[in-house]
Amino acid sequence: MKIGIPKEIHLGEKRVATTPDVAEKIIKLGFEVYIESGAGLGSNISDEAYKEVGCKIRKNATTLWKNADIVIKVRPPQMHPELAVNETELMTKGGQLISFIWPAQNDDLMKQLASNDATVLAMDSVPRISRSQKLDALSSMANIAGYRAVVEAAQHFGRFFTGQITAAGKVPPAKVLVIGAGVAGLAAIGAAKSMGAIVRAFDTRPEVKEQIESMDAEFLMLEFKEDGSGEGGYAKTMSKEFIEAEMALFARQAMEVDIIITTALIPGKPAPELITAGMVETMKAGSVIVDLAAEQGGNCALTEKNKVVVRHNVTLIGYTDLPSRLAAQSSQLYATNIRHLLTELCPNKDGIIDVNMDDEVIRGTTVIKEGKITWPPPPPKLRATPPPQTEAPAVSGIEKEEEKKPIIPEAVKQLLPLLIIGSALFGLGSVAPVSFVSHFTVFVLACFIGYQVIWNVSASLHTPLMSVTNAISGIIIIGAVIQISSPGFMITLLSGLAILIASINIAGGFLVTRRMLEMFRK
Amino acid sequence: MMSQGLVTMSYVAASILFILSLSGLSHQDTARRGNYYGMAGMAMAIIATLLSDSVNAYIILIMALAIGGFIGTKAALKVEMTQMPELVALMHSLVGMAAVLVGYANFLDDTSVLQGVEKTIHEVEIYIGIFIGAITFSGSVIAFGKLCGRIDGKPLLLPARHWLNLGLLIATIWLGSIFLSGAAEGGGTFALIIMTLIAFAFGVHMVMAIGGADMPVVVSMLNSYSGWAAAATGFMLSNDLLIVTGALVGSSGAILSYIMCKAMNRHFLSVIAGGFGSAGGEAATVEGDVSPIDIEETTQLLIDAKDIMIIPGYGMAVAQAQHTVNEITKLLHAQGKTVRFGIHPVAGRMPGHMNVLLAEAKVPYDIVFEMDEINEDFPKVDVSIVIGANDIVNPSALDDPNSPIAGMPVLECWKSAATIVLKRSMATGYAGVGNPLFVHENTRMLFGDANDSMQAVLKALNK
Repeated sequence: MKIGIPKEIHLGEKRVATTPDVAEKIIKLGFEVYIESGAGLGSNISDEAYKEVGCKIRKNATTLWKNADIVIKVRPPQMHPELAVNETELMTKGGQLISFIWPAQNDDLMKQLASNDATVLAMDSVPRISRSQKLDALSSMANIAGYRAVVEAAQHFGRFFTGQITAAGKVPPAKVLVIGAGVAGLAAIGAAKSMGAIVRAFDTRPEVKEQIESMDAEFLMLEFKEDGSGEGGYAKTMSKEFIEAEMALFARQAMEVDIIITTALIPGKPAPELITAGMVETMKAGSVIVDLAAEQGGNCALTEKNKVVVRHNVTLIGYTDLPSRLAAQSSQLYATNIRHLLTELCPNKDGIIDVNMDDEVIRGTTVIKEGKITWPPPPPKLRATPPPQTEAPAVSGIEKEEEKKPIIPEAVKQLLPLLIIGSALFGLGSVAPVSFVSHFTVFVLACFIGYQVIWNVSASLHTPLMSVTNAISGIIIIGAVIQISSPGFMITLLSGLAILIASINIAGGFLVTRRMLEMFRK
Repeated sequence: MMSQGLVTMSYVAASILFILSLSGLSHQDTARRGNYYGMAGMAMAIIATLLSDSVNAYIILIMALAIGGFIGTKAALKVEMTQMPELVALMHSLVGMAAVLVGYANFLDDTSVLQGVEKTIHEVEIYIGIFIGAITFSGSVIAFGKLCGRIDGKPLLLPARHWLNLGLLIATIWLGSIFLSGAAEGGGTFALIIMTLIAFAFGVHMVMAIGGADMPVVVSMLNSYSGWAAAATGFMLSNDLLIVTGALVGSSGAILSYIMCKAMNRHFLSVIAGGFGSAGGEAATVEGDVSPIDIEETTQLLIDAKDIMIIPGYGMAVAQAQHTVNEITKLLHAQGKTVRFGIHPVAGRMPGHMNVLLAEAKVPYDIVFEMDEINEDFPKVDVSIVIGANDIVNPSALDDPNSPIAGMPVLECWKSAATIVLKRSMATGYAGVGNPLFVHENTRMLFGDANDSMQAVLKALNK
């Protein structure tokens, strides 16, 4: 099947849906890949780079859309500024489209696509289950947004992030507060931390505490018991009391920190307002707020979408196109997500996609199937993080066992074997004849020598040790040799047999040990 | 002909050579010399005995020696290193059988002139010697069968098996008293034969009840028994050389059993009593999805890594992947990377088995490390490769108290930056335990035959 990659037409959008590296792998899946001329320029990819890996170039958008079975984009289809037609009209009837769609917000677009009998897979609707992580473009983009948010903050912040002691005096490190420790939040924590800042993070979901702490950031705890984990690994709306406690915490932090990065989003709802105008006022002059929720109204009351504004001497960054501001990286990760989706769709690697609605991942991603709207999908079954395994009851069980009073006191327990052995030896010594006692002495001493010698044997030589002890225990042959000369046919026969099998042991054991030891080389 | 004094002196020398032989195995450098000491000791002991006054049936003796030596040599030169456990088990059974035969021969020999207590003690020694020998024999035969797959590896748990064992033991003691009173009047043969049969049954039952995963313990335990059988024969014949050697071998096997039990966090008695994983509550089921990886990505991970740890299990030997793994190791090493092998004590099917398999593939022994030596290094490792291993890298041994392998020390490979697990397909390991490592976020599964996968990686690395 022919895949078409058009140039993105959204104003300022620099990403592209595939890169040469990934295109090469898609071609290996059996597809033909066509690229609109200039599609990669925003991400610094020339048409030649695509051609080198076997892609073909289409001169303009109209021919590209017309001749493609599958069109793969980043942004949802929209009005083409140069051609003055909507991209949905360029699409062939019954064609297939993979891109971000945002079906909840784009009702009209969904209807238009459905009326065209299209099959549409929305990269924003990939279900959040662990199997689909590799094609989760939202996570890829959120990761980039989180990183870029720190870069933007650094640009507008007038000081170092890292603390330094210089000849000219001491520089304190910047303090960064990250609200919401999803993918974007964690990426922001990582980036800020690696620039040397002191990072604190807050999230309503207690299960992310460990992740935050593993990145060496401080998890701000609320003295309040409420789990904010919702379906599919996202957060849910919290109770009023919780929000009040949370706001008090933010108010205290706002006075202390230099940079706030907010990433709090609840699916399908306007972003919660977490930083009020009053809190912005209390922040130190020169502080920066990066609001990653600007698209959904912002976590800060004063954020303006797509703009950088200064209010009360605090810079507020409301960019909604942070991934596009790191276009080469975003394109590469998005393209890889797309490739994984195509791999799922094309299990036979024959260049034909199969929209298998029984597959949970494909089912969730598909928002329109042959003109029928299939969105929203049934809810995903698993949480993104498995529920913590409860160890508590089992541990208490073990403790109970320990609490059980031992029947024999510990001191006696240690002495008991010695006493038993001692009395046994005493008993034996009182009846046994001298000859037995002398043999017994040899036996006990030999056991001790064996004990001392064997503990020194290197663990890597345990197999040779076994085979050599095998050979040595063939010493039993001596017994048979002594017996064989005694009169009586049965004795000779039994001893002869014993000699035979013991000599198998001796020869076999020593030779196989030698063979093994010859193999050990430095 | 040698005098008794000279023979005894030769025995002393042989004992010393055997001790030197075992202590030589403490280092790789001295191991080969140790083996030669052992051979010298054995040769000295046999020749001295042959030349002693009491031996005159040379023809049959030399014939038996030649035939046995020939068979042993053949077996030693032919055996595959993966079959070492089978060979060792088989040899244990031979020692056991020899002990039984010598015991019977000694019993039938009526030239001895012992009287009173000495005679009674002598009869007891015969009885015990045959008993241990018989258990060693039948137990080893069953262990051999289990190891080469001719007998099902699953533990056979008869109802009331502990009572059965107790009953057999009591019967043995009772028969012992009959035997002693019978032997005083020149009889007792019948009781001796019945006891031998009971001991055979006892050995069979004991090893049948032990699960396949506990095989390393069984093999070491039988090693120990074969030593005690030799020692008992030594008592019977009043021969100090046999006693010393038997004691050396016996304690060696006992220590190995102890090490193996510790490595699996199993109580020695509970292994002997059999029934793996029958205690404990319900283990947590493993939830989550595995992330597969392909050859290309694996190769890329290896190229990007500086510190690589390879964790082999018996599955690697089954797939015959060790030679390919060694080629990859050499290649990566030449690129300036640190490549090490981490060996769990029970990685093979007998103690130290994996080291031998790696040595056979010419992996230098100075990059092969024991679990205790490298377990703390995992956080610094970039890529761990798990080949054909499962239980020895199972994190639930540490964090799930209900797991059947809870408390067993494991190689903590999940602490490394990435772990690649080579696996034929998704299935549980030998012990029937689900492994949370496979769904760990840093773990990637490379499905397919281990050798084919490694060959492909090697090819990709050579490009």
